[in-house]
Amino acid sequence: MKRPTTIKGRPELYTSYKQDMGFLNTRPKRAWSGGLVVVALVLPFMITDDLLQLLATGFVAAIGAIGLNIVTGYAGQVSLGHAFFLAIGAYTGAALSGPETGRVIGFGITSLPIWLLASGLVAALFGVLVAPVAVRLRGLYLAIVTLGLVFLGEHVFREWTSLTGGPGVGRPAAVPELFGVRLDQDNGMFTAAQQLYLLMFVLLVIFGVLARNLVRSRVGRAFAAVRDRDLAASVIGVDLTKYKVLAFAVSSFYAGVAGALLFVVNGFFDPGSFNLLLSVQYIAMVLIGGAGTISGAIMGALFITLLPRITRELPTVLPFISGDATGVITVFQLEAVLYGVLIIVFLIVEPRGLFGIWVRVRNYWRTWPFSY
Amino acid sequence: MDEFLQSLIRGLGTGSIYSLLALGFVIIYKSTQVISFAQPAFMLAGAVLVSYLSPAVSFVGAVLVAAVVIAVLALGVERTVLRPMVGKPVFVVAIITIGVDVVVRVVTNAFIGLDVRQVGDPWGLNTVNFLGAEVQQRYLVMIATTAVVTVALFAFFRYSRIGLAMRAVAYDQEVALAQGISVGSVFALSWALAGGLAALAGVFVATGAGVDQQLWIVALKALPAIILGGLESLGGAVVGGLAVGVVESLFGTYQGDFAPWLGSNFGLVAPYALMLLVLLVRPYGLFGKKEVERL
Repeated sequence: MKRPTTIKGRPELYTSYKQDMGFLNTRPKRAWSGGLVVVALVLPFMITDDLLQLLATGFVAAIGAIGLNIVTGYAGQVSLGHAFFLAIGAYTGAALSGPETGRVIGFGITSLPIWLLASGLVAALFGVLVAPVAVRLRGLYLAIVTLGLVFLGEHVFREWTSLTGGPGVGRPAAVPELFGVRLDQDNGMFTAAQQLYLLMFVLLVIFGVLARNLVRSRVGRAFAAVRDRDLAASVIGVDLTKYKVLAFAVSSFYAGVAGALLFVVNGFFDPGSFNLLLSVQYIAMVLIGGAGTISGAIMGALFITLLPRITRELPTVLPFISGDATGVITVFQLEAVLYGVLIIVFLIVEPRGLFGIWVRVRNYWRTWPFSY
Repeated sequence: MDEFLQSLIRGLGTGSIYSLLALGFVIIYKSTQVISFAQPAFMLAGAVLVSYLSPAVSFVGAVLVAAVVIAVLALGVERTVLRPMVGKPVFVVAIITIGVDVVVRVVTNAFIGLDVRQVGDPWGLNTVNFLGAEVQQRYLVMIATTAVVTVALFAFFRYSRIGLAMRAVAYDQEVALAQGISVGSVFALSWALAGGLAALAGVFVATGAGVDQQLWIVALKALPAIILGGLESLGGAVVGGLAVGVVESLFGTYQGDFAPWLGSNFGLVAPYALMLLVLLVRPYGLFGKKEVERL
């Protein structure tokens, strides 16, 4: 006999583990998620194109941040090499979809699903190649080795000018063409920004749901066991090598996809973009958003992407901050300082990041007006 | 042969800069189990401070003052930012030091401006005849200074009371605490020592070409050095630093002739390739301790 899985009037009573690990396991979660999707779908018709472009970039960054969160937040393998995998994806996508010119190579396969998958897979391949080193190392040794990867990658991309266009020059980004429609050009119904925004949003939802499903499965539990104590995990039968390699592969796949899309909005990119700063930005997204949560990674990515925009607006509110490159405090300095300060403040005051703040707000209102 | 000797001396010179930085990293790591990514910022701040002070109080005086000031700054950072994080995961603390690095560096950059600042060192790019090869004086000075500083540091750890306390904390914090050692002051002191060493290294980097906003990148070369030597080993830090310097310099001199397919300036990233190779063979570096783990 099948046991009843829900009892009328007790929506949060779970009678099975499966139910507890469900995708959207509470009614408020379903309502909030549905509401956010509706808002995100209406947004392109409400706000201006430059904000849409910024949000589209934020969505792509969120895909990348989810990837880093899988390897660092869930599997506990600290990687400062995310910029390297982003670069692999960016160049695979650009080279596959771009036209062959005398200056840079290109294969002219403009169909988006093909080059997007290929970018992810090539990056994942590099992730698998790097993983054996990660299996032998742990903690800060691994962090520094992945940092070395960024420097080696920067060198290769600087020198391989037929692929990257060379430093200071760069090459056009991947061509987003879906079912014969160029999404980066205005057509009768939508502007380019609206189309790209919707594309990035749909992709973010797809990859977000996939990641959420991965981490609540057997694989995700194995990742968490490796993170919490890898020796204990191996004692209870988690194959460390397999899961570390898997974590790197999945994470790099996400990074590859994000990398390929990252510059589509701008249309052009330079090999100098993939430096240590980019890796640190992604680390900041994961930590400010909340390590080990998918929604946290999305919040963190949007926050970091919108941060420059917010600081640009500050001079109108606080007149002692100068908007151009002169004056005592300029917005550019403020932006860079804010980065550092935000990382420090979040880690000291709210280690669970924006997601932690959200949990606290949620728990407060759940029992309101009682404190617990 | 002259070319080889020149290249070797240049490598040992820059290598001794990396050694100084690596010593700072290892001192902090041994006492707090954290890699401080704030070292590049302290290095830059030291060099900038000297460029402001040296017209007033001579080069040597400026270096001494800067080392002390940066040591105090590092100590202050440890007390305010790192102390609340004692006992938190090392990775989180390491990321906090990246935050510190960004903040200190942006503030320092405001004092550099867009120009290259000179530190006012007496050597410039002058050369001297050394065993038949023309080598820059500043490299010889770097090697000599680093040798003196290293010997002094080792003597400090070996013979002084505080040095003994620091070794005890590195060995086992709780036992050290039970013996009446103030672990907090050991943390603070190791940050101060690392800050002073970074300032000294920064001045050396800035001799010859001067200080600009990109100077901090040099400090990251100390990371392959500490990994090569092993995170727990002071001797390893010195050896690793020198090895990184020499490898970089030899690649810079000869790679164009022997392996042009690696691309120009491969010497700059050769240390990272060397680090990867060594780690594949010895995952704990050349002199690092293999961790014994238990559940």
